Formats: sequence, C-alpha cells, structure tokens
Amino acid sequence: MHVGLFVTCFNDAMFPAVGKATVAVLERLGVEVDFPAEQTCCGQMHFNSGYRRQCAGLVAHFAEVFGGYETVVTPSASCASMVRHYHEVVRPGVAPPRVYELSEFLIDVLGVIDVGAVYPATVAFHPTCHSQRLLGIGDRPQRLLAAVAGLRLVELARPAECCGFGGTFSVKNPDTSVAMGNDKVDDVLGTFDQSRSAASHADRPGPVAAHVLACADTSCLMHIGGLLSRRGAGVRTAHLAEILASTA
Amino acid sequence: MSSREQASEPPGVPTFAGTPPFPVAARAALADGQLRANLGRATATIRDKRARAVDEVADWEALRRAGAAIKDDVLARLPELLIQLEERVSAAGGVVHWARDAAEANDIVAGIVRGHGAREVVKVKSMATQEIELNAALAAADIDVWETDLAELIVQLGHDLPSHILVPAIHRNRAEVREIFLREMARAGRPAPPDLTDDPAALADASRRHLREKFLRAKVAISGGNFAVADTGTVVILESEGNGRMCLTLPEVLITVLGIEKLVPTWQDLEVFLQLLPRSSTAERMNPYTSSWTGVTPGDGPQEFHLVLLDNGRSATLADPVGRQALRCIRCSACLNVCPVYQRTGGRSYGSPYPGPIGAILTPQLRGIHEHPVDAQTASLPFASSLCGACAEVCPVRIDIPEVLLYLRAKVVEQQHGHYGERAVMTAAQAMFARPGRLAAAERAGGALFGRRRRLRMRGPGWVSAWFGARDMPAPARESFRAWWKRTHS
Repeated sequence: MHVGLFVTCFNDAMFPAVGKATVAVLERLGVEVDFPAEQTCCGQMHFNSGYRRQCAGLVAHFAEVFGGYETVVTPSASCASMVRHYHEVVRPGVAPPRVYELSEFLIDVLGVIDVGAVYPATVAFHPTCHSQRLLGIGDRPQRLLAAVAGLRLVELARPAECCGFGGTFSVKNPDTSVAMGNDKVDDVLGTFDQSRSAASHADRPGPVAAHVLACADTSCLMHIGGLLSRRGAGVRTAHLAEILASTA
Repeated sequence: MSSREQASEPPGVPTFAGTPPFPVAARAALADGQLRANLGRATATIRDKRARAVDEVADWEALRRAGAAIKDDVLARLPELLIQLEERVSAAGGVVHWARDAAEANDIVAGIVRGHGAREVVKVKSMATQEIELNAALAAADIDVWETDLAELIVQLGHDLPSHILVPAIHRNRAEVREIFLREMARAGRPAPPDLTDDPAALADASRRHLREKFLRAKVAISGGNFAVADTGTVVILESEGNGRMCLTLPEVLITVLGIEKLVPTWQDLEVFLQLLPRSSTAERMNPYTSSWTGVTPGDGPQEFHLVLLDNGRSATLADPVGRQALRCIRCSACLNVCPVYQRTGGRSYGSPYPGPIGAILTPQLRGIHEHPVDAQTASLPFASSLCGACAEVCPVRIDIPEVLLYLRAKVVEQQHGHYGERAVMTAAQAMFARPGRLAAAERAGGALFGRRRRLRMRGPGWVSAWFGARDMPAPARESFRAWWKRTHS
C-alpha cells in the first residue's frame, strides 16, 4: 500500500511531531509513505474567513500536488473535510484526490484497530466538530485508543460541544472563543478529577497516571492546550497519531 | 397626564439600533454572569427536551426532508402562490395589503388602527412585527401596544429587547420577572399583587389578570402568522399560552403581518410542519393552541381582517441561489438552543430580533447584503460562529447554516469589510502557500526566532493580543516536518 501524506501546513510548521508520528504508525503497519514536498495548505483558513479568491489557487495547487495519488492520508479531520467537502465549492470541476483522516484510513482501509501502541496514561478524547459533523468519523479514534496497551480512556461530560477554536473565529471573536474554550477546559479537568477519585477508590494502588487530552486535530488542541497552559493545569495534550505511534 | 401617556414613557420603545459589532456586543454579554447562568440553564433544558421529543419520531429525517422540499417548492413558485393566497383571502372577506419594506408595513398597520379611532392594540407574539419594529412605529403614532405573550410582556414591561425567537425573555430568571412585574405593571394597567412571589404559578396568575382587561377592552389585535395555506387563504398560528386565541377571536379587527415566505401550498403540506415545529421549538408533541382562520366569519370572531404581506428584503434573498435556503426557516429556535456561541453571548448581541445561527444568516440578507455593502454590525454576523455545525444537525427544514455563513463571509470580504490588517495577513499567507519554497523559508525563520522557547506568550496588536490575552501557544518547531523529511528521507 502506497499513500501520499498530507501533513498540513499547521503541523508542518508547529507540530512536526504529529507528522513524524503519522509516518511511524503507517510504516509500522507496512504502508509505504510518500511526502510530496510541493504540498503547502488546503486553503481552509482562507475559505472559512471569506477569502475565496485567495483560496482558489491553493485548491488548484493541492489537486496538482496530490493528483497522482490514489490515497492521501492526513492527521487532520478538519483539513480532510475541507478537501472533501469544499474544494469543489471553491473550484467547480476540480477533482480533489481521496483524502482520508488517519483514523478513517486505519480502520476503513487497513482494517486495523490495534496498531500495537503502548501508552500508559489516562486519556480523554475531544471529538472535534469537523471530525464529527463534516467528516463523520464517529468513534473511530476512540476505538483505536481503546486498543492501546496501558491506556485508560475516559469520556468527557459534554464531548459534542465545540471547544471554541473555529479558525480565525479564535482571534476575530476572542472573548467568545475563550469562554467556550474555558468551559471545555472545565469539562476536561472535571473528567480527570472524577477519574482520579474513582481510581483512588479502586483497590489497586499505584502511581497516578498522566492525564492527557487527545484530539484528531492539532488546531483545536492548540487552543484548548493554550488555555490549559495559561491556567497552569497539569494536563498534557497529544494528537491521536502521537499516541498511536508510541511503543513500549 | 393620561394613563396612556404614563404607560408609553419613559423610556420609550427600545430598538436594536446602535448595537455594536458582534465581538464588542458579545464581550458585554460574556461579562454578565447572571445572563450566562440563565441562558446556559434554559438552553440546556430545552435542548435535552427537544432531543427526546425528536427521538420519539421514527421518520424524523423523512419529515425534515419533506419540510425542506415543501418550502423549496413554495419558494420556487412564490409569486403564483401569493396571488392565489390574495384571491382566497379576499374572497373570504379579508383585505390584503402588500408592503415592500418595514416603513410601508408600519404605515399600513398604523393607518388601519387609526382608521378605527383605536388608541391601543393587543398583540400576539410575532417575529415579523419585531423585525419591522412595529411597536416603536405605533408608539410614535400615539398608539399603545400591549404584548400578550408572557415572555413578550416581560420584555415589554422591562423596557428590554427580546433575546430568543421562541422565549424572548430567556435571559431573565423568575426573581427578575417578579421585580419587573412589581415595578412596572401598575404603570401599564392592573398592578401586580403586592405580595407577589417568584413562584411561576403566581407570576403567571399576575400576568393573566393584568392582561385580561386588555383582551376584553381592545378593539384591534395584531398578529403574525406561522403559516398561510395558499389553497384556502387560511392563516395559521401555533402558540402555547392561549393569549393568541384571545387576540384572534375577541377584538373586532384583526391585522396580520406575514412574511411572504410563510406560505404552504395546501393543508396536506401543513401536516408536515405541525409535526416539525412543536417538537423542534418547545419540544412538545403538539402545541397547546393551533388557531386557523380564513378571512372573516360573519358573527364569529373579528369582523374585519387585514393581511399585510411583507417583503422587507425577502425577494432579494430569494434571488440568491445559496442564501435563499434561509427563507425555509419556520422560526423554531432549535439552532439557537444548540449553538455554543448563542448560549454564551445571548440574543441581544446579534443586534436583531433574529439571534443565533439563523439570525447570523438571515439578518444580513434581509438587510440587503446581496444588493449593497452592509454596515459593520451586520457584516460581523456571519463571523459570529465557530462553524461547529450543531445548528445544521437540528434544523427541521435542513438549512445548511454553515454553508450560508461561509458564503456570506465571502460576500462581506468582497465588500471590503475585511479589516486592512486581516486582508494583509490573508494575502501574505496566500503568497507564502503558493510556493513551497516560501513556506519552507518562513518555517525556518519562525524556528530560528522562536524555536528555542518552550511556549509563547506575547503582547502585540490585533490578532496577537486577541490570541495571547488568555491563551499560550507552543513555539514553532526548530525543524519543520518538511525539513525533517528532507534530512531523513532523501
């Protein structure tokens, strides 16, 4: 199996570890990964902010770069949905390649649930809006996480609620974005508090496991993580790929 | 000073005029802890109830599709159906008026009221009359307006603005309602009992007694309409309190202001909406009162009926192939109740009686965004969304609200409403993304500048302070992914 990796501009510049982790997981499962170096951006920021003219060139560039690939894999649900749903809106007639979000590719194409990862931590997963409502990946990430050795998956009280990132919404409407984000952070911290007290009541004593918030989108994760960091909360963030790439 | 003058002043009828752009208006609302608590509680309750009411219906998705299809059919042949409605209403003894905009509609209504020598009217809750700010127009014509829906009464007595389509006083809790009743009812008519508690039954009883004398006295009533059946010329109103039934039957004259998109072709089509609307709005299987009337019935109910058909930007909206789906809206408020932005900012931040996601796509269109550049407040509305898509999931007539938001954002940018700084950022980003070499160079520069830091905390103008005001950011990587790939894979 040969795939093209669309790492996304955001991961490329800010979170290269997510790209490396994606490569690691795919190669471990015997997938041949190619990174076409001409790739840049899917145009989502321009499209979502109303700059369609500027977006159109990026859409054409994307089709050109990935046109030769039967399968493209990306560690971003929101960029995958941009390509799948909106590239044809921006440039009617363009033929975008088949882009899979990582968990879709692993489960739907490779048919794998247990990727052989080990990750000793308590993990809460935030299902991002675009992954759920635009891409419809459902509980694929949680199924993959549940199969990771050492990982304890806990569910947020209000998982379906938006974290408030929203691309340029986060800076055009910062007060609202932060208010939504802080409610998400409260949910995350409350979930871990509960899991901690539940664990302390169990009769298997042991060290308190690390608390990690995971996501299939680094953009939302950067927003929630930025609030967690500012609030000094002892919760780390990790992209789904980073957890799946981790081994003993 | 007559009692009427006492009632109408001070401080007059508030309007949404002067609302600042959404980010500014929202800031004030976000700082109001009481408002956020009231809204959060109320929307969570109604959201959960709606989900249960919808889950009961096995063919809900088919109903939604049918609702959307019927509305699309109506919009596709609106002129023909409107003419049919006019014919049927006229044949049944009603008078049909056509209003191009708010001013025309208000003049028509005020003229009819004055023509009967009436100095007061009772009103059924109506979004169309909120839209045209009829109450302010009638007050200016020296006509007292009495809202009779409980929540509208609370808003009116509180000299307040509505903040929800279905529950206009959703931002108030019962303690605040009690205070408003005690303070204001006496100036408007029958006072609240001095020992009034904040028990909901006691509050309802006070409003009932306060309103009853107005129902019995008024000669003219004003309503909107949920639907109008073109086939028979029948107007239909769904309500929960019975105040509508009183207004629609007791006065001698009834004036209905109806948006031209409110038509359904036949009674059979109405069946779909009588299922969709109550479950989506109040989360009820069936609403308590459904009133329908066809023109005038001799000896029964109002003996004079005026139907004012309101355009006010609808024709221009209809002409737009993407935006026109907003005209399917049946004003249920399901999109408000699930919207994470609305839940935190409240309705008044939207600067229009149509708040929430539907307001963000309807208001700019009704204000003419397809024909001319709009003001800064209107231009801010399509951006008042994180594009989470929760609204589209619940819309009973399947309006793709995010699609229209995105479309209107592009309109706003075309109309040069992009802030100069924003435009510069977008243009620079596009230039960078157009050439992989430029992106790689920018990544190297970012890595060299910030890569030694663990996280960023910055001060700066515009978007910099907007982000860093409450959030940290990880530093850009010292080595980008593409640099790593080049180093390790070639």
